[in-house]
Amino acid sequence: MVTKDLSVSLCGLQLANPVVPASGTFGFGLELADTFDLNVLGGISLKGTTREARFGNPTPRIAECTAGMINSVGLQNPGIEVLVSEKAPALRRIYRGAIIANISGFSVEEYAYNCGRADACPDIDLIEVNVSCPNVHAGGMAFGTDPQSAASVTKAVREAVRHKPVFIKLSPNVTDIVSIARACEDAGADGITLINTLLGMRIDIRRRKPVIANKMGGFSGPAVFPLALRMVYQVAHACSIPVMGCGGVRRAEDVIEMMMAGATAVQVGAENLRNPMVCAEITEALPALMDSLGINSLQDIIGTV
Amino acid sequence: MQKSIFHIESNDAVARDTFRLVLRTDGPVAVCSGQFVDIDIPGYYLRRPISVSDCLPDGLVLYYKVVGEGTKVLSGMAPGSALELLAGAPEGPVMANAPGVQVFPGAKKAPEKYLDTPAPQRSRANCLTGLGNGFHPEKCSSDALLIGGGLGAAPLYLLAKELLAQGKKATAVLGFNKADEICLVDELKALGVPVHIATMDGSVGTKGFVTDAIAAAGPVFDRFYTCGPLPMMKAVCAALSAPGEVSLEERMGCGAGFCYGCTVQTASGPRRVCADGPVFDKEEVLW
Repeated sequence: MVTKDLSVSLCGLQLANPVVPASGTFGFGLELADTFDLNVLGGISLKGTTREARFGNPTPRIAECTAGMINSVGLQNPGIEVLVSEKAPALRRIYRGAIIANISGFSVEEYAYNCGRADACPDIDLIEVNVSCPNVHAGGMAFGTDPQSAASVTKAVREAVRHKPVFIKLSPNVTDIVSIARACEDAGADGITLINTLLGMRIDIRRRKPVIANKMGGFSGPAVFPLALRMVYQVAHACSIPVMGCGGVRRAEDVIEMMMAGATAVQVGAENLRNPMVCAEITEALPALMDSLGINSLQDIIGTV
Repeated sequence: MQKSIFHIESNDAVARDTFRLVLRTDGPVAVCSGQFVDIDIPGYYLRRPISVSDCLPDGLVLYYKVVGEGTKVLSGMAPGSALELLAGAPEGPVMANAPGVQVFPGAKKAPEKYLDTPAPQRSRANCLTGLGNGFHPEKCSSDALLIGGGLGAAPLYLLAKELLAQGKKATAVLGFNKADEICLVDELKALGVPVHIATMDGSVGTKGFVTDAIAAAGPVFDRFYTCGPLPMMKAVCAALSAPGEVSLEERMGCGAGFCYGCTVQTASGPRRVCADGPVFDKEEVLW
């Protein structure tokens, strides 16, 4: 077998491979440091972080679905200062791939402040701005569901971040994803991550109550893969900035498919929760799959469909 | 943590909707009381966290109640069927020499740079362990009171064995709704543990709550351990002044501490039931 080149170039960052655990499904990386060598991962997107520490939503926060799950964690996090002074430096000591800070906020000013702090942290390589969290009232998704708001966050963040690539993570809970992605590109985004979770709900028919304490939450898992792939395809073909594809990815085949649709890197989310080793398994499986498909370099297949 | 394949040795109904599952694997197992394993049930997306009731040299005994579709499927699985469990590694990364344990090539590679801490050493004890932090039998001076509600009795069995092995005494008070839900009583008695029963309908033992049975029995104890419904454990902690440990239950996502799906607020801040618990000191729990 010819040596396979799994590396991809993402806004000047050379990732060893395109596999990146998605924000919220891999903690701050450190939680899995004893499970496998994290250095098999191209990058790690850390838990979504706000300016102040947050407890998040009441429990139950998790509901199982057919081929997926709903979460309503509600951005539990220790706050931006803990991220930049403790979490990112601790991860850097054991991990040499791309460390991605995932930033949320409750105002344009907070987004800009948090991103500025992440920009100043030497242990963070890329900033992913979450304008798509479905679980926090008056925050997150509210900024990502119309082009003007998404652009205003992007513009403010762009001014606060001088050194690092800025990706905007978009919500699929919109009518026209392309118009929002284009607005972010026009406002200075270096890339787009999509999709965040779909707003979903389950009811316990015996108790006659929602399963999730917060009633609704973000639906993710293999069931959303075709929808995510479609949005990655649309955005990658409409924009000239790179896309990190996310949504329902559970195996090496899905990574290839997302890349053919236009993703430069591919995030793995919910699947980590049912199989904490899945990202390592995917990177392990990719070379043989590439060989069977006649692919020598993953960079070559991006957006080829 | 690690994934490991177990085979079902037996899977029998022992009380109403309650099953006793005996699993065997190829390697040594060393689970502490109060820890759990996370079972992949074919056809269901998330694993089912189930506490360990007994630890065999190469296996586990679990009790579970059929409460939904996933546990219904589990109850229909025949002896010989394979189940993949997420379990704990005692120390360091995935262990290469434990049979049935998947090891990934990446797990052995030492990062080349950004490293100012040595790579974790491979574990000396190649035993599969449980997930989470369990009970602390070593903190009991001489006499323990074990208080279970329903299937909360299950992890107390392994705890009783640990206490007895440490030369301590244990008394159990178990509460059930009705007589047909009673389980683990004979097993605990076989260890030599006195068992007092409370049933809500009074069909067996004291009529009422476990707190009524505790008051009736008047056991001597310096520490208590409880697992069961939250209102029961709240009443127990309010009624007993001795130091105590509480095993919490939450709907989990990953079961291993990185999704933050099962976080509860405690006296010392947000804690993950799966990874910081499931067992907490009673003072930690904010009822």
